Amino acid sequence: MGRTVINDQIMVHVTINGESRHALAEPRTLLAYFIRDNLGLTGTHVGCDTTSCGVCTVLLDGVPVKSCTVLAVQADGHDIETVEGLGHNGQLHPLQQAFWDNHGLQCGFCTPGMLMTTTALLRNSVDLTEHEVRRAISGNLCRCTGYVNIVKAVLEAKRRMGEETRKV
Amino acid sequence: MSMDVTETQPLGKAIKRKEDPRFIRGQGRYLDDIVLPHMLYMALVRSPYAHARIKSVRTEDAYAVKGVKAVLTGEDLAAMNLAWMPTLAGDQQMVLATGKVLFQYQEVAAVVAETREAAEDGVSRVDVEYEPLTPVMDPFFALSSDAPILREDREQTNNHIFHWEVGNKEDTDAALASSPVVVKEQIRMPRVHPAPLEPCGCIADYQNSTGKLTWYVTSQAPHAHRTVLAMVSGLPEHMIHVVSPDIGGGFGNKVPVYPGYVCAVVMSIKLGQPIKWIETRTENLTTTNFARDYHMTAEIGATEDGHVTVLKVTTIADHGAFDAAADPSKFPAGLFSIVTGSYRFPVAFAEVDGVYTNKAPGGVAYRCSFRVTEASFLIERVMNTLAYRLSLDPVELRRRNFIAPEEFPYQSPLGWVYDSGNYAKTLDTALAIIDYSQMRREQEKRREQGELVGIGISTFTEIVGAGPSHTFDILGIKMFDSCEIRIHPTGKVIARLGARHQGQGHETTFAQLIAQELGLSAADVLIEEGDTDTAPYGLGTYASRSTPTAGGAAALAARRVRKKAEQIAAHLLEVSQDDVQWDGTRFSAKGLSSRSVTMADVALAAYTNLPEGMEPGLEATYYYDPPNLTFPNGAYIAVVSIDRGTGQVHVERFVAVDDCGTVINPMVVEGQIHGGLTEGFGIAFMQEIAFDSDGNNLAPNFMDYLVPTAVETPHWETGRTVTPSPHHPIGAKGVGESPNVGSPAAFVNAVVDALAPYGVTNLEIPLFPWKIWEVLKQHGLTVS
Ligand code: FES
Ligand code: FES
Repeated sequence: MGRTVINDQIMVHVTINGESRHALAEPRTLLAYFIRDNLGLTGTHVGCDTTSCGVCTVLLDGVPVKSCTVLAVQADGHDIETVEGLGHNGQLHPLQQAFWDNHGLQCGFCTPGMLMTTTALLRNSVDLTEHEVRRAISGNLCRCTGYVNIVKAVLEAKRRMGEETRKV
Repeated sequence: MSMDVTETQPLGKAIKRKEDPRFIRGQGRYLDDIVLPHMLYMALVRSPYAHARIKSVRTEDAYAVKGVKAVLTGEDLAAMNLAWMPTLAGDQQMVLATGKVLFQYQEVAAVVAETREAAEDGVSRVDVEYEPLTPVMDPFFALSSDAPILREDREQTNNHIFHWEVGNKEDTDAALASSPVVVKEQIRMPRVHPAPLEPCGCIADYQNSTGKLTWYVTSQAPHAHRTVLAMVSGLPEHMIHVVSPDIGGGFGNKVPVYPGYVCAVVMSIKLGQPIKWIETRTENLTTTNFARDYHMTAEIGATEDGHVTVLKVTTIADHGAFDAAADPSKFPAGLFSIVTGSYRFPVAFAEVDGVYTNKAPGGVAYRCSFRVTEASFLIERVMNTLAYRLSLDPVELRRRNFIAPEEFPYQSPLGWVYDSGNYAKTLDTALAIIDYSQMRREQEKRREQGELVGIGISTFTEIVGAGPSHTFDILGIKMFDSCEIRIHPTGKVIARLGARHQGQGHETTFAQLIAQELGLSAADVLIEEGDTDTAPYGLGTYASRSTPTAGGAAALAARRVRKKAEQIAAHLLEVSQDDVQWDGTRFSAKGLSSRSVTMADVALAAYTNLPEGMEPGLEATYYYDPPNLTFPNGAYIAVVSIDRGTGQVHVERFVAVDDCGTVINPMVVEGQIHGGLTEGFGIAFMQEIAFDSDGNNLAPNFMDYLVPTAVETPHWETGRTVTPSPHHPIGAKGVGESPNVGSPAAFVNAVVDALAPYGVTNLEIPLFPWKIWEVLKQHGLTVS
C-alpha cells in the first residue's frame, strides 16, 4: 500500500479508542508523542523514553506496548486503545473504579499506563493471583503508591467484573 | 470501603480522594500536557566531561538546522549578567558553563526550535571544544592538599564548603573516654536520586505587551520560586505569575531552581514566544539534584547494662560542584542534629564538613526533612551494633534508652525540643503485629537448618514541619505557610493554600480538615494550590510540612471564619454572642439546642442579613508560623532471608507502625507510608548514583538506576499509634517522609542480623545481591 508523504512527513492512519484518526508524522516520531502531540490525547505520559517506566503504555491491537518504543509509522493501520477510551458514557470502567476505591494512585502519573497494562491482563486471564498481578505490572513503575493498593485494585476489579458476567 | 465526602465531621475518615477521577480518566494536567500558541521547544547541550576547560563554543551549525530559532551560550548570559544564579543554600551555580565545566552533563548551551526533535538536532550541531582536566571524584581526596581547586570563582584555597557542628565537643570526648563500652561504625548513605516519574520542566511565557511572565513549572514551592526568579531575572515579582499544574511526584526533586528553567525564561523574553523545556530521564538522573552522599563515622558510649551515655558523629558531605542543597539558611547540614533519635543521650556532638567534587550539584532533602534520613539511618544502625556488642536484644536495648512519655517536651542535647511521643507503645504495637517472640523462635529453628534469616528493627524519631520563623528561613524568607478561606452565599467554600501537593492528596485532606472546622461537608470545600496569582504566600510542600504548617494555617483560618460566623449566628438566633454555642455542626442558643443555625445559614446571612454595621462576607486568611517543629515517630520491623546461592535478600515481612499525631484521612496516610517504604526499600537494596574515576555517571537511566517494581517490592503491613502534637492546632504531625526515613535502617538491620552469627556487624548500602554474595563467600556461607 502506498504511503502519503508530505514534506518528509508520512500520513499515519490509526483507529484510536474506536475512532478513526490520521495525522502527519516524521518517520522518527515515537508513537507516544504522536498520540500526545498529534492526536491531542495527553492521558498517555512519557517518563523515561527508554521502555523502562511504563507510563506510556497503550494497547496496540489489544496488546500492551510501551508507546515510547514504537514508531508512529509502525502503528499505521492499527488499532490503539488509551486511557481515554476506558469506561463508557462517562461511567468509569470497573478497573478505574477499583483504583479509586482502593487508593491505587497518588500523583497519578503512572496511572494511565498502569490501567492499560492491567486492562489487557483482566481481559486475558480467568483467575488472577497477587503474584500474577505483580508480574504483569513489573514493567510499570510507580514511585508513589508502593504497589500494594494497585494490586488490591486489580484483584478487586477482576472479582467485580466476574460478578457482573455471572449476573448476565 | 470509603466514607462519603458529604459527611459533616469528616476528620479521621477514609474519604476517597477527590482528585482521583481526573487522574484515572487520563485528564490530569501535567506540565507537558500544556500547549500554548506559538510555543517553541528548548533542549540543552551538556558536557561529556566531568572536569574540563571550555576552549570554544561554536553555534553556527546549529542555526543551520531547520526549525532552530536561537542558541544561547554562557557568554550570552554573561553579557546579560545572568551566567550565575544563587542556589537555595546561598552558593552560586553556573546557569550555562563558561570557562570550565565541573560535572558530567553540565549545561553548556541551550537551543530553541519549533519542535522537540529540531531542538535536539540543534544540540547535536553545537560544537564545543573541551580541554579535559582530571576530575576529583572522591570527597576525601577533594579535601586533601593534593586536590586541584575546583571552584575558581570562589577564590577558595581548597574544596571545603562549610564546617558545621552542634553539641558539646569537650563533654562528648570526655564521656566517650569514660564510657565502659564504646562502639564505632562507618556509615555511608550513597548518592541516590528521588526520580519522580514525571521529570522536571517548565514553560516560560513572557508577554511583551504587558511585561508579565507566566511561568508554568513543576514546582513544589511556587511562591518561593517566584521570589527566586524575581531575584535572578530582575523582573518585578508581581509581574511573574507562577503556575504549578498537576505534578507527577516530587520527593524533593522539584524544590530547587534549575539552569534549564532560567534559560527558558531568558529565551522567552528574548524571542517573545512561550518556551517549553522538559528534561529527559537521563537529564533528570544526571543533573537534577541528587540526595544523600553522606560519609559518616559514629561512636556511641554506653554502660555495661545498656544505657547510652554519649554520641559522637563526624561526617563528610559530598555536595558536588555547587552547593545547591535545599536547606533552611541556618542549617548547612539540615536537621541532621536529630541524630540522637528516640534515645536519651545525656551528651552528644555532631559535625559535618561539606565538600566540592566534580559531580552534579545538590543534596536535596529526598522525602525527608533535610538530612533526617541520614541521621536516622545512622543512629538506628549503630544502636544495633551496640546491641550486638552487649549481647542484648535490640528491642531491649531500645526500651532501656527511649525517652519516656512523661519526659516530653524533651530537650535533646543537640538543641531540639521534642513535642510528644510514646515510643514504647509504638514499638509494642509493631512487636505485637509481627509476633516478635514467635518470630525469634522461628528464626532460631531456621538457623539450625542452615537458613540465613534476620529480623531488623528501626525505632526512629522524625523532625518535620519546617518551620518556626525564629529558626527557619530559606534565603531569608521565613518558613510559615498560609491558607485563605472564602465561604460563598450558598455555603460552598474555596480554600487556597501556599502549599503545593505532588500526589499527597491535599484536595481531599485539606477539604476534610476545613470541613471539620466549619461543620460543612468536604464535598463543599474546593482546595486550590499552586497558582501564585490567587494563593496566599507560602513556602510549599516538602519536608512533610504541608499538614504541620499549611494544615495549621487552614485550621486557624477556619477558626477565624467561625469567629465571625458566631457573631452572625447570635444575630440570627437573637441572643448575645456569649450565649451562642457551636457543637461541631451547628450554632445554637445555649441551653436551647432546638434553636440552631448551620454554617450554610450563616453564610447566606453574611451576604444578605447582617447585624447592623458588620462588614459583609465570610472569609479569612491565616499565615501560620508554627511555635515548634513536630516529631512523628515509628517502629518498623523487617524479616528477611538471604539466598545462599545468589546473595539475593528476600523481605518476608515488613511491619510499619507510625505515630504521626492526629490523622486526617487514614487511607491517605497509609498510602503515603506504602509509597515511602517502597522508596526506602530501593535505597536499601538497589540504588546508587555511582561514578567511575573519569567522572562518568554510571546510573544515567532506569536500566542502571533501579527503581523497585511490583515484583520485588514487599507486601507492607501497617499499624498506628496516635500521640497528638500538643502545639499544633489539630494535633497533626506530618507523615509523608517517615517511611523513607525510618525504613532503610530496618532493612539493613535485618540483613546484618541474618549474618550476625558469623561476625558481621556492618554492611554498606545498597545491598546488591553481588555484594551480599561476596560477604557470604568470605564467611564460607555460599552454596552452589
Ligand atoms: S516513557 Fe515509555 S516506558 Fe517510560
Ligand atoms: S501514582 Fe505517582 S508514580 Fe504512580
